[in-house]
Amino acid sequence: MRLDTTDKQLINLFQRELPVCERPYEAMSRQLGIAEEEVLERLQLLQDSQVLSRVGPVFEHSRAGASLLAAVAAPDEQLDIVAARVNRAPGVNHNYAREHTYNLWFVMTAPDEDTLEERLDELEHQLRLPMLRLPMVEAHHIDLGFDIDWEALP
Amino acid sequence: MTLRHAPEYLVTLPEVTGAGSISAWGLLRLRQQLELGLPLTPRPYQTLAERTGLSEQEVMTAIRQWQDQGLIKRFGLVVRHRTLGYTANAMVVWDIPDDQVHKLGRALASAPFVTLCYQRPRRLPNWPYNLFCMIHGVDRERVMSQLATLIAEQELEQIPHAVLFSTKAYRQRGGRYVSHD
Repeated sequence: MRLDTTDKQLINLFQRELPVCERPYEAMSRQLGIAEEEVLERLQLLQDSQVLSRVGPVFEHSRAGASLLAAVAAPDEQLDIVAARVNRAPGVNHNYAREHTYNLWFVMTAPDEDTLEERLDELEHQLRLPMLRLPMVEAHHIDLGFDIDWEALP
Repeated sequence: MTLRHAPEYLVTLPEVTGAGSISAWGLLRLRQQLELGLPLTPRPYQTLAERTGLSEQEVMTAIRQWQDQGLIKRFGLVVRHRTLGYTANAMVVWDIPDDQVHKLGRALASAPFVTLCYQRPRRLPNWPYNLFCMIHGVDRERVMSQLATLIAEQELEQIPHAVLFSTKAYRQRGGRYVSHD
């Protein structure tokens, strides 16, 4: 999808804060100088085309529940199968192949630490692969709302 | 907030104060709904109110308080960087002496192209690294040159590190802590 100037402006202005008032999209439309319906249409389109994953809150992990970064070293020819098994486990919200002996990296979430532990144990058992468990000790920077460098994009 | 027969995670739901008391179950449902995103309707908070049994005012009060309390760390458009063309995503991991990891973590986090920076435990002997940063970039070359800049600026030449580019995203979405899969 090609983004026009208004789409880019919409993203630049509202990555960090959305208005909390009765008609937030109307408030946004005034800042952009377009109609409220157009804001809604654009957001829907951006969401449908996967430019936006959603409009809304990013919860603080440490306060929103339990989560953990884990990795396994899957045999290369089985990577897709192992990844699919990981995706079927409850609570997995990120799952990436990476260039390393530990070639599959995922984040598992759960309402609380005990449930998280159970889910990880169960998955480790299913995969029959030792799992690297890397809880967060300290976060120095965790917001993905960085300014998009539109010029550098293809 | 305490509820009889409530799931354990309700205990961690922050208290919301307002005129009168707001239903704890309503707040839990609101948490679940919000994890899916703000509805694209002219009055999204009213839509959330209808789905949760709260009033529109209560929904807005709860969201504002969760922002103040830090449960919601960012309330905005959530961009999928990969779709936009940020296809090079490198996780750079460092093995930093324990007495320097806090200071260096803060320094690395302040670089504009570092989008995440976490300290995590080592898992010896297989995993010696204790600091993780994420660099989201448009291409590999650019990411590697950004990394070179970082190493030079922070004098990290002696610190062992590894660069793990992602080659495939099998899943990328927001955390669903209380809603169902």
